[in-house]
Order: sequence, then structure tokens, then C-alpha cells
Amino acid sequence: MKRTLFDKIWEQHVVNERQDGSSLIYIDRHLVHEVTSPQAFEGLRNSKRFLRRPDLTLAVADHNVPTENRVEGIKDDVARIQVETLEKNVKEFQVPYIPLMDSRQGIVHVIGPEQGFTLPGCTLVCGDSHTSTHGAFGALAFGIGTSEVEHVFATQTLVQKRPKTMLINVSGKLSVGVTAKDIALGIIKKLGTSGGTGFVLEYAGEAISNLSIEGRMTLCNMSIEAGARAGLVAPDNKTYEYIKNRPMSPKGDSFEKALAEWMLLPSDEGASYDEIVKIDATSLEPHLTWGTSPEDVLPINSQVPDPKNIEKETLKNAMQDSLDYMGLKPGSLLTDIKIDKVFIGSCTNSRIEDLREAASIAKGKKVNDSVHAMVVPGSGLIKEQAEKEGIADILIQAGFDWREPGCSMCLGMNPDQLKPKERCASTSNRNFRGRQGRDGRTHLVSPGMAAAAAIAGHFVDVRNFN
Amino acid sequence: MKSFNKLSGIVASLPQLNIDTDAIIPKQFLKTIERTGLGKHLFHEKRYSKENNLNENFVLNQEPWNKSKFIVAGDNFGCGSSREHAPWALLDFGISCIISTSFADIFYNNCFKNGVLPVILDEKNVIEISKLADEGIEISIDLEEQQIIAQNKIYKFDIDPYRKHCLLNGLDDIGITLENENKINSYEDKLSNKKWYVPEKI
Ligand code: SF4
Repeated sequence: MKRTLFDKIWEQHVVNERQDGSSLIYIDRHLVHEVTSPQAFEGLRNSKRFLRRPDLTLAVADHNVPTENRVEGIKDDVARIQVETLEKNVKEFQVPYIPLMDSRQGIVHVIGPEQGFTLPGCTLVCGDSHTSTHGAFGALAFGIGTSEVEHVFATQTLVQKRPKTMLINVSGKLSVGVTAKDIALGIIKKLGTSGGTGFVLEYAGEAISNLSIEGRMTLCNMSIEAGARAGLVAPDNKTYEYIKNRPMSPKGDSFEKALAEWMLLPSDEGASYDEIVKIDATSLEPHLTWGTSPEDVLPINSQVPDPKNIEKETLKNAMQDSLDYMGLKPGSLLTDIKIDKVFIGSCTNSRIEDLREAASIAKGKKVNDSVHAMVVPGSGLIKEQAEKEGIADILIQAGFDWREPGCSMCLGMNPDQLKPKERCASTSNRNFRGRQGRDGRTHLVSPGMAAAAAIAGHFVDVRNFN
Repeated sequence: MKSFNKLSGIVASLPQLNIDTDAIIPKQFLKTIERTGLGKHLFHEKRYSKENNLNENFVLNQEPWNKSKFIVAGDNFGCGSSREHAPWALLDFGISCIISTSFADIFYNNCFKNGVLPVILDEKNVIEISKLADEGIEISIDLEEQQIIAQNKIYKFDIDPYRKHCLLNGLDDIGITLENENKINSYEDKLSNKKWYVPEKI
């Protein structure tokens, strides 16, 4: 039987088939952060269970951490207690932990790959929906809730129903100025936010092979915004190069043995999928969300849509609601939308390549007077690299606020938040109401588009920007 | 886990599409290290004004819906973040059954781990129940029989038999899995010859 990448990973990880058709799946890697783990550790303690495989687990605090004056510690008491609770728990259960003041600290989905914790063919989970990011390495990676975190702690397995598979074939080459973020937004535009529900997506095709590992992470990261718990890209030489010599990845002979297995992972020629979607990369443009769901997205040279043109009552009302919330008029140009804030960061777009992209746009220019623009690198190591490469200097000279790593304004659990009605060009992944701050208005874009908007003071087509 | 079998009560209708877990329980309440106490923050931004006053226009703040035990909602309920704080907040408020045409995967899973029952019905039936909800009419659900009864009409629904069994008996997933611990052990035995498999220490 010809098998897909997903089939191969799944079948290798079945510990037990259950009578009801679900399977007990072995979990190879478990990432842990401060927000979704305290109740799971508490559950272990209450039931006197132990953590089965601390050696396959890695913890870091990222959601709640300040991105400035970190040496002064976390000022918000409740947030500080949560981080301290994580520190206490990792000690008690002997989980490898990257401390807050360590240069390797960062967003959980950035540091996993960076440390070589994420490997092709593995099953990887984390109590966070953007765990799909790690699919960029050909790992079956998905987000879980806190009860499931506890289940993995205690058993190193999860009960799962076999999902369906969807191949997303992105053919052709991207034009200059169009990025992995735009592929992701283009796919969500096509599938809608629930089109991928129940599926594992596999991204393939020329445009995907051409993407860097960073770009593949951006793409897989957004799978969840199409409703899919996981997205996959088959591993190739770029993947193996990226993994080699990372601190936690296999070394020497072990690496060679692992490599031999990884090379068998890509889908067999002619393997079948439950659904196939085709996207033409050559027709993709830089995208921008206009509403309050990632599916509310259009190419930059479009107009704000008009609810009048929508027939179905519920959809018409939903659109009107979104436009009211976003403070936008139907028919106006997206390029006329003025912004107050720019956020370059998050597990979607905070890696070195993203910062390079932003810097290439910002070089020699100034952030518009009416805009506050912040850059939050995904990890301390990325921050250091950007400083070494001179990217940080370019951004700082252009007037960007250069911060310490963390989730930051992606969800605004820490003090980085939008004020009511403030409008933000954000490289994150969710434009939900209130996500970046109560009544804040989020437009999702690529790092290049965000940097260009920071300078212009409104959205612009990054392809014509210089 | 609390078991779930029968439930009767008021239904709150939230017809919006794509109600996400950020809306169900906003980020500022995720800093808790407990599972309880989130009910007062359920749908916080809709229930309270910026000055923290009760928003009288929001259904969960009005009689009799402030005592709702059910929610009937628009498509793709619970999308977004994996936060289990969403079912915890619903439960803490007193809501343990949600009816919609579709749910996001992670939220759907999380419900079952907490004794919350998500029920999928087709659009026509969801709209019918939503009308009854607005009139303040009580409905009841019987999980054993897989049916909702509303004004003498019976709505049958499907549910995965294993999940139903766990919910009816309040079974703890971990306990059930550990009954097969020998299988996990033998799976791990097979892994032990793959040295590369365990991450290097940091
Ligand atoms: S950066 Fe945003 S999406 Fe990513 S893990 Fe942090 S909060 Fe979640």
C-alpha cells in the first residue's frame, strides 16, 4: 500500500488500537509552558502519579513574560506566580527547563526547533494550538488541552481518532514580496476557518519545497487557523541541514541512523488523500486581514468588502459586525487604512528570516511619527543573532522598539497590549476580537508588509514600496 | 471527572459564527493556576463594560438566562486557542451542554475531559432550539438516549460511543489508559535500540 507521510508517522506510533476505533498514540516530544501546565502538574500530584518521561519533555515560560526590563522580574503578581509555579513543577518532576534569564529562552514553538528538540517523523504535542508549527519538519505536531497535557505526563501517550488527510499542493513560484505568510492566508481564504477541521494538512509542491525552514514553520503554524490541528511538510535536505548540530538533536553515528529513517518518511508517489486542494503560487499576492477572523482576508490591492453583497443573513450580519468592530467602511481601499501600532513577532513570524525581511524594508527609513512599532524576537538566540548581523541596529535606527523575546502582543497576556480602537499591523496569527487588547483592531500581515506599514503609517503593497 | 447523564434548564442563544476561546475566556484570566473560579469571567468582554459594569444587553446577564445550563451557538464554536480554561469557565458558570452545527477540534475534545457535552445538530434544528432559547423555554437532554427534548419535540444526536461511556460514568482517561500500561512498556522497549530517539541533555 502506498502511504502518505502522515500514514507513516501515525502507523509507527500506534501503541494500542481500541475497540471504538480510536488509537492510543505514543508521544515522542512534549513541550510545556506556564499557562496550560499548572493544573496538569497539580493533577499528577493529586492522583500520586509520576511524570513518565521527563527526558522527552522540555519546558519554558513564554506567554506571560515581560519583553522589557526583564532583570526587574515580573511585576504582575498573578503572572509571576504562574511562572514560579512552572519553575517549582519542573524541579519537582525533573523536567528539562530553559530559565527566563537564559539566552535560549523564547516562544515555545521557536525554541523547540532551535534546540533540535523537534525531529522529523516524531509525534510532538504542547498545550498550545500553534504546536502545528513543528509540522514544518515532517513531525506530527498538534495542540492539546490541559487534561491531555496531564495524560501525556502520566502515560506518554494520547487517545486519538485517526484524522483525515488533505493534500495542499502549491504549485509554481512565489513572486517577490509574497511570502509563506501569504500562502497561509491564501489557503485560509480558500478553506475558511473550519475547512480543515478533522484533517491533517500536508503542504507540497514547488512553492513549498522552495520555502526555507522558517517559511515552512510560518505556514504550518497557521494550519490551526484553517481548523486543522496539524500541518506537515515532508522533510528534505534543508530540514536535515537545519537539524544537524542543534544542541538536542542526535549526533554523529546516531544522526546518520536517524537520517536513514527520516529519508523514508516522505509520502509515496501516488499515495492517496481524503482531499486535495490546489493553489497556484504565481497568482498569490501579499495579503491582509480586514475582519475579526483569519478567513476575513484579501489581497492588499482590494477594497473593504460590502455586506450588501452577501446573501446569507447570518454571514451578512457577521460581516457587518466585524466591520463595525474594526471601524472600516465598505468599499474603501485597504491601502488607505491608517495604523497606530506594528507588532513584528509571535511564533508565526519572529524568526531570523522574518526579522531580516522587516529590516530589508526598514533600512534607511523612519517609522512614521503616528506609529509605535515593536519587534519581539522569537528567542534570545534569535535576538543575539539579529544583533550580530546588524539587523537590530537597522530596525532600532529606523525607530522600531527592540524587545526581549516572548509571546508579547500576540495575545497580550503581558503588558504589551493594544488600547481600545488602536489599529495594529501584526505578524501574528489571530485577529480575534480583543486578542491583542480589549477593543483593539488587528490586521494580520507578513513581516515585510508590517514593516512597510510602519514606515508609511498605513498599509501599502510591499511590492511597490521603496 | 463529574459524570453527565440528564440535564434540564434554560438555554442561552449565541448565534454568532466562530465564537473563539479568546471570547469565551480572555487571556487575562489564564494566569490562574486553578481550574475553578472562572465562571464570573465567562465571556468577560461581552458581559462587562470597560469600567467593569454588567452589560445588561448581553444575554447571560439577563433573567432567566443568567441561570442558563445550555448554550446554543453558531458554527465553529470554540475555535482558536487550546485553552481548557474555556470549558472550565463554562462549567463554573453552570453551563454543561453546548449545541451547535460544528465545533473546533481541540475545544470539542476539551469538553469531554471536563464533563461538558458538545452536541452537533444540523442548522435547521439549531435555529429551532435557538428560537426556543430566546423565548426562555427550558429544554432537557438525555445522553443515554442521545436525545434533546424541547417542547415535546425530540432531537436525536450522534456521539462517539467511547466518549459517551466515559461521560456517563465520569471516567478518568488516564486511569483507562494505564490499564494498558504493559502495551506502553513494550512499545518503549522497542524504542530502546534507537539511541538517537532521546534528546541530548541541555
Ligand atoms: S506567540 Fe502567540 S500564538 Fe504563538 S504560542 Fe505565543 S501566544 Fe500562542
